[in-house]
Amino acid sequence: MSDEARDAVGEYRYGFHDPEVATIRFDKGLSEQVVRDISALKDEPEWMTELRVKAYHHFMERPMPDWGNEALLNSIDFDAVTYFLRSSEGTEGNWDDVPDDIKRTFDRLGIPDAEQKWLGGVTAQYESEAVYHSIREDLEEQGVLFFDMDSGLREHPELVKRFFNTVVPYTDNKFSALNTAVWSGGSFIYVPKGVHVEMPVQAYFRINAKNMGQFERTLIVADEGSSIHYVEGCTAPTYSTDSLHSAVVELVAMDGAKIRYSTIQNWSSNVYNLVTKRGIAHANATVEWVDGNIGSKLTMKYPAVLLKGEGAHAEIISVAYAGEGQHQDAGSKVHHLAPNTTSNILSKSISKNGGRSTYRGMLQVRPKAEGCRSKVVCDALMLDADSRSDTYPTMEVGNASADLEHEASVSKIAGDQLFYLMSRGHSEAEAMGLIVNGFFEPFTRELPMEYASELNKLLEIEMEGAIG
Amino acid sequence: MGGGLLDVKGLHATVEETEILRGLDLQIKAGEVHAIMGLNGAGKSTLASVIMGHPAYAITAGSIHYDGEDLTEMEVHERARAGLFMSFQYPSSIPGVQVGTFLRKSVAAVRGEAPKAREFRKELQAAMEVLGMDRSFLGRYVNDGFSGGEKKRLEILQMLLLQPKMALLDETDSGLDIDALKAVAEGINSLSEESGVLLITHYNRLLELVVPDVVHVMIDGRIVQSGGPELAQRLEADGYEWLMPVA
Repeated sequence: MSDEARDAVGEYRYGFHDPEVATIRFDKGLSEQVVRDISALKDEPEWMTELRVKAYHHFMERPMPDWGNEALLNSIDFDAVTYFLRSSEGTEGNWDDVPDDIKRTFDRLGIPDAEQKWLGGVTAQYESEAVYHSIREDLEEQGVLFFDMDSGLREHPELVKRFFNTVVPYTDNKFSALNTAVWSGGSFIYVPKGVHVEMPVQAYFRINAKNMGQFERTLIVADEGSSIHYVEGCTAPTYSTDSLHSAVVELVAMDGAKIRYSTIQNWSSNVYNLVTKRGIAHANATVEWVDGNIGSKLTMKYPAVLLKGEGAHAEIISVAYAGEGQHQDAGSKVHHLAPNTTSNILSKSISKNGGRSTYRGMLQVRPKAEGCRSKVVCDALMLDADSRSDTYPTMEVGNASADLEHEASVSKIAGDQLFYLMSRGHSEAEAMGLIVNGFFEPFTRELPMEYASELNKLLEIEMEGAIG
Repeated sequence: MGGGLLDVKGLHATVEETEILRGLDLQIKAGEVHAIMGLNGAGKSTLASVIMGHPAYAITAGSIHYDGEDLTEMEVHERARAGLFMSFQYPSSIPGVQVGTFLRKSVAAVRGEAPKAREFRKELQAAMEVLGMDRSFLGRYVNDGFSGGEKKRLEILQMLLLQPKMALLDETDSGLDIDALKAVAEGINSLSEESGVLLITHYNRLLELVVPDVVHVMIDGRIVQSGGPELAQRLEADGYEWLMPVA
């Protein structure tokens, strides 16, 4: 690793890597053949193969976005990426059967421990595929389907076919096309009518190999009146070469259903994180994105909700932390398509040591959507003069009855705040850690407690690196 | 030496090139309560901020020693850990940080180790009782949306938990109703008898509840008169006119 990279990474705790394990590794680079090979390897139905191929051609033809961070996007070398790497012969239902090297990684990340204590189900993906998967028996008995996406397609092809590519079509953007072409892993969840999954289910995504591309695909369908909370975490080793993470997440909340999707993205600062997340909320349904972006080199991600049925509700709470060499281009999109739909958006960002955070938001109210309400709040906190924060809110309001509120603020840590905290015995770094944790509190309080305390610790460590 | 807990000698300090303290001398011994009175702009609050180490002020001459150590060599948090405390006239709010968390972390920082949960809870309960504070305080964000009286109570609560050797109380009595004033006074009086206290105030009413050993009058960045509690009474009756330098 170069000194520069090391400085940029600072105290990243998940930067360790294990020896690469590969039972199947594709040559670097992308072609129609690679796409067909992935599909063949997984023995997929023909419709999926054809969808992949169409998506591949769309990806090749589609120009790179000319917004966000064009320079970094154009520096991605798609030929240097490994598109598929199988590290284990199968997906195990018992941690003891997971290959030792890989199991050790997840032990260090605390996943088996968390599963014991507070999760309803776990899927652990290593490189391209899930290496471990389990669901509590009581959930299975209630008819909850929780699979890694490959198994989901194998076991429930009709259900997958009905929803796959319907919320985020491959034509949505260049990276949704790429994901659709080469997707592997991710989660498939179906919650039957009226079933409430009380304990969160978790997916953990780990990239270990160099120059790896991880393209998981997640589809969650909550049938009428059901509810589920899905949590995902992700980390990668620190390498001086870049990896690419380009996921697609599709959520469908049927009438009266509720899906909460929580993310703590903590990729190392050599990972491009280009993700499309979108949910559809039918009548009186709720889709909630709780989205934390701490790591990565460049993140471009705007969790979206289509409020399609009357009375549907969207809640998007996101935080972004941009340290040295990082650009967090994040935000949210809400489309009020039906009457009396409501949305609540809270975005918080922190920039430090020359880091850059961008809020990009879209709020749309369609002409037929009578009586909608929305509140958007964006707060940015800059820790020094070298850092940067930009806000690009877009509103398209086609119905005059809409009740919209928008607040934005950019602030710096006040000298008086630091003095006050230091007069109570806190060092400057500790004082900044307290202020920063407080700033993110509206986000962290929405997380399961274990995640919240982990995030607070992480930010405190980051602040120690902030003081020269 | 003279053995003062706090020794301020010939202190000059400026903020943004303007001199506020102009040769100030003050000595407080362990167990003594001193009061500094004076009109707005005399430099009273500046004195407290300079002793605590606010970075906006520059010391241009003189010295401050605390417990025999050169205080100006220490960072703000080191001063706090050494037993110095300041109750702020306008304490900052820290949105998102709960009072309970803040108190626990501050006690841990000053004592150098985290207090045991059960013991800390007891200490906290006892201190809050003295100040007539409700438990619901603990779940609120530090000073965020607090009334003036609530802020002052929280300052004194911190003082009681941190058990300073030397407490600087900057206009802790201003803006308090009589009940709050009594609670705050009880808090100050329940501080260890070994602690030094510096009360900065405009009014005599706190000094009737917390009786000082020495009263100082500050005008234009200097102490111009010192005496016993009767000096505070005279100021209350006659004002500061008689102490003003003749133009």
